[in-house]
Amino acid sequence: MIDRRHRLLPLAVTVALFALLYGAGAYHFDGFFSLQVFLNFFIDNAFLAITAIGMTFVILSGGIDLSVGSVIALATMVSAALVEHRGWSPAVVIPLVLAMGSAIGLIMGLVIQYFQVQPFIATLAGMFLARGLCYLISIDSITIENAFYTDLAAFRIPLPFETSITVNVVVALVVLAAAIYLAHYTRFGRTVYAIGGNEQSALLMGLPVARTKVLVYTFNGLCSALAGVVFTFYMLSGYGLHAQGMELDAIAAVVIGGTLLTGGSGYVAGTLFGVLIYGTIQTIISFQGDLSSWWTKIVIGLLLLAFCLLQRAFARTRRM
Amino acid sequence: MPSSPAVLEMRGITKQFQGVRALAGVDFRLLPGEVHALMGQNGAGKSTLVKVLTGVHRADAGRLLLDGQDIAPQSPLDAQRLGIRTVYQEVNLCTNLSVAENIFLGSAGTSNFAIRWRDMRRKAAALLAELNVHIDVGAPLSRYPLAVQQMVAIARALTAQHERTGRAGTRLLILDEPTSSLTEDEVEMLFSVMRRLKAQGIAILFITHFLDQAFAISDRFTVLRNGALVGEYPVAQLSTMELIVKMVGKEIAAAGPGRAARAAASEPAAPPFLEARGLSKRGSVTGIDLAVQPGKAVAIAGLLGSGRTETVRLLFGIDHADRGSLMIEGKPVRFGSPLEAIRRGLGFCPEDRKAEGILGELSLRENIIIALQCRRGIFHSLSRARQDEIARSYIELLGIKAHDADVPIATLSGGNQQKALLARWLATDPRMLILDEPTRGIDVGAKVEIMAQVMGLCDNGMAVVYSSSEMTEVLDYADRVVVMRDRAKVGELDAAGADEQQVFQLIAGG
Amino acid sequence: MAAAYLRRLTTRDGFWPIAVLVLLLGYNLIADPGFFAISVKDGHLYGSLIDILNRASPLMIIAMGLTLVIATRGIDISVGAVVAISGAVAAAMIGGELVLSGGTGMADVTRYPLVIVLPCALGVATLCGMWNGALVSWFGLQPIVATLILLGTGRGVAQLITSGQIVTIYYSPYYVIGNGFLLGVPFSLFIAAAVAAVLALLTRRTALGLFIQAIGINPVASRLAGIRARGITFAVYAVCGLCAGIAGLIVSSNVKSADGNNAGLLFELDAILAVVLGGTSLAGGRFSLIGSILGALIIQTLTTTIYAVGVAPEVTLVVKGLVVFVVSILQSERIKALIGAAKRSV
Repeated sequence: MIDRRHRLLPLAVTVALFALLYGAGAYHFDGFFSLQVFLNFFIDNAFLAITAIGMTFVILSGGIDLSVGSVIALATMVSAALVEHRGWSPAVVIPLVLAMGSAIGLIMGLVIQYFQVQPFIATLAGMFLARGLCYLISIDSITIENAFYTDLAAFRIPLPFETSITVNVVVALVVLAAAIYLAHYTRFGRTVYAIGGNEQSALLMGLPVARTKVLVYTFNGLCSALAGVVFTFYMLSGYGLHAQGMELDAIAAVVIGGTLLTGGSGYVAGTLFGVLIYGTIQTIISFQGDLSSWWTKIVIGLLLLAFCLLQRAFARTRRM
Repeated sequence: MPSSPAVLEMRGITKQFQGVRALAGVDFRLLPGEVHALMGQNGAGKSTLVKVLTGVHRADAGRLLLDGQDIAPQSPLDAQRLGIRTVYQEVNLCTNLSVAENIFLGSAGTSNFAIRWRDMRRKAAALLAELNVHIDVGAPLSRYPLAVQQMVAIARALTAQHERTGRAGTRLLILDEPTSSLTEDEVEMLFSVMRRLKAQGIAILFITHFLDQAFAISDRFTVLRNGALVGEYPVAQLSTMELIVKMVGKEIAAAGPGRAARAAASEPAAPPFLEARGLSKRGSVTGIDLAVQPGKAVAIAGLLGSGRTETVRLLFGIDHADRGSLMIEGKPVRFGSPLEAIRRGLGFCPEDRKAEGILGELSLRENIIIALQCRRGIFHSLSRARQDEIARSYIELLGIKAHDADVPIATLSGGNQQKALLARWLATDPRMLILDEPTRGIDVGAKVEIMAQVMGLCDNGMAVVYSSSEMTEVLDYADRVVVMRDRAKVGELDAAGADEQQVFQLIAGG
Repeated sequence: MAAAYLRRLTTRDGFWPIAVLVLLLGYNLIADPGFFAISVKDGHLYGSLIDILNRASPLMIIAMGLTLVIATRGIDISVGAVVAISGAVAAAMIGGELVLSGGTGMADVTRYPLVIVLPCALGVATLCGMWNGALVSWFGLQPIVATLILLGTGRGVAQLITSGQIVTIYYSPYYVIGNGFLLGVPFSLFIAAAVAAVLALLTRRTALGLFIQAIGINPVASRLAGIRARGITFAVYAVCGLCAGIAGLIVSSNVKSADGNNAGLLFELDAILAVVLGGTSLAGGRFSLIGSILGALIIQTLTTTIYAVGVAPEVTLVVKGLVVFVVSILQSERIKALIGAAKRSV
């Protein structure tokens, strides 16, 4: 049983860090320790959670995807342009946007797998391509006034103690549940872990390595597009500058959530805690009042660095 | 038993790599229910033969018959599908996954969706119990020692569906150096599993460099040397000595007396240039004592895996010893990096030329001058004219065959690459050269040439330490022979008075 | 004969970047016959070509620094953030205070003299590079991750330095860097030329160039040959940071302000693209500084051309993204093998 505990150690560190941060926030700031503030972590970061879940699979497979922020922006932009300028129904637009995101991921996956282009180069190119496509649609922000979007944005699902959550949170939780199933109860998920552990071995074990790698990027593209859709419910606009630098946040959430950057080890559930830590830091900085919101980026960057170094040290002692 | 038809037959297998012949018409036969050890030195062709069998390489000529039918595996996966299952020294499993997954993932019969963990674990535990392994199959494989990982790899191999015949389970198992990192108890555990499989009629091809283990478990030996078949023998017919002689060969040295005979009379022992005392590194080698005088050559002899490479890496500062001392001209030194060793007049030609020696895309000229440039430091750049001059003189001196000095070194043959590496060190005007298997993968003509050149330098006062798995090379050129076994030094001989018997005896642990 | 000559020509270093550049310029000449015209106004040279050179200079400088990093099998995607930081440091030290003199013009006011401002800005940029270098060479982080951290946090740091404001610079001597002319030629070109000269000297007159290539080709063999791979890798990232810092000064001087959010935005792509277009492989090893300069010129010419064609300037981003895809696919082993097979079968 020692073994199981050992494997859960990174996750335990993450949960402990979250508890520590949350406790510090609750101790320092009046009103921090309320159920609604806690639920707001989810409400304000539902899109980050969704994209980070997709990213978890990419990182578990030993890859990286820098395009997620841009794909989110493109999803908001396409949604806004089609709904507002063309007057299309959201019932058509949303599936279309999701298909578009998957297609972008699929193309990057194919380039990575079949031309052996390093993931960061292929997805960096994808990142610029998607941003560029945003600007092709419009340079300015497009406000969404479609009733479906505005109603959904305003809609609250009531919970006990006079608290509430948004539909976005429900979407994120559904994605989380689906991802946990995918990661732990399907051959696809286990193959992702196997590739991240040792791609050569996975190949020799007869696992469908090529297909799985392409699918991982496709899935991440889908998640990013879904995050973009959720983002439109949150921001009610499409803009080429949306989700700027989101790739760092998503990667940070995954790594802080206990997934090894070199792949093969981690939990989807851990990523949720990574996102919660992000939300806590964000909230603490906003409660503090006199700190620039840029501190969130810096703190999260440093936290990412700390976890990367921890993972290095961990890997070194294990090899001994 | 020999009357039953062979599970596997290889006939006249020939394979060349860039003009160097790795296998020359080798025949091999594996019978059901036997453990058959494939024996041979480094470069004898064992690994090439196995790679042809497992689909990594394709033979240039020859036939492969499985159950009497021709096969031509195109890839490792293809070979697996044919029922040829291999368990390697470095276990080819995903250690981050659970034991149960490593046994069943990807094999037929497991669902793509809704993996039933409890079911899978129960089956895995049952299968391992058959092999007398009782562990928590839900834990990641990385938590278990290599021996257990190997059992898991074997269990996986046993679950394989024999696709062509539709029969469940495998009939042919290749164990490629499975015992290199195992303790004695673990080896015994592996052997009991092997015996059990044998009893079930499974044919096992066993590759090992531990002679005692080969004798303990095998029914028959096939011995290879220099890419050719030496013979096939029932174990009972050979003694350890006879096996070593067959592996190492006893070719009479071609020309004249050995170097040792010539030099023996010359002068009394000078103080050593380099001396190692009790050099040890945890998990690597222990208690290496070694001294080399200027103008003398020390050979490190021993079978594959005896710790030769580890020893020379310690001498050159690539790895760091955690016990023992190293002295140059009587003064203690600690090399933090190869550069420090180079500055003290050492040079090193690695065993794996391609991975650790040459800088493939750089030109022959750049490959030759780079160590000298490092020794001079980054700001004392050699002019192009000087580089050309150095390259030209060494190309001429060593007879390197190349179109010109500016061709990428990767385009040269193995022998010429090795000469270029020699040139790299000669350009630094070294006091001592360390050569790890200097003639490995080089054709016969170039072998003799390279050794002659090294010995010429030695005669002119350079100290030389080289490792070799060829007995003729050891005895013909060295002044002293250090013999290693099981990652430790087991003896030292004066090459002048030594004969093969003594060396063989030390290697065999007699 | 002709075919053989052509084959020799096309395999020469720098042939393809030059060919692409000539094609682009040729297109512009056809579209606008006055494209090559250079006129003299107030003793300064003006014209589209001069404009391209001037605008390309920050990118040339960054691309040269990045070339060295890529040659060691590394990558630095934080260069854009370092551009922002360097500009922010300079602007913050100059002060951003507008003082009117005599009611007509602005007075040149700075809190610190330029001789202190410039070294400080460049020093901070070099520190950024050293940070990356330390993470990569001593802590063993993957280059992409190490520099991603700075890519993300660097802009935050730039924002902190300028207190989240866009700081306008009211100090005309500083304008010289990005807007001035010397001997009729844009001053920034002299800076780019100086950087090129220094780097060329460092890589050709010392053994640095050889060592960098060796590390990129085979790190293990390099160490065994006596190269101090860690130290050199560290130094190369530091140099890349310094180059980004110099570019940051030019950019902030050019727009007379420092904008932590947008200065040098997406420069990392342009720089990678310039290096790759210049013929340096992302797999490390052989590199070409001149190639990267040409690559930067291609990108700037492309941008200018797209402007001239009248398409929205944002389209360039799409084009660049596609070019990265195409070039990296062309460099891939699979395509090389296909081309090799095609050649053999001819």
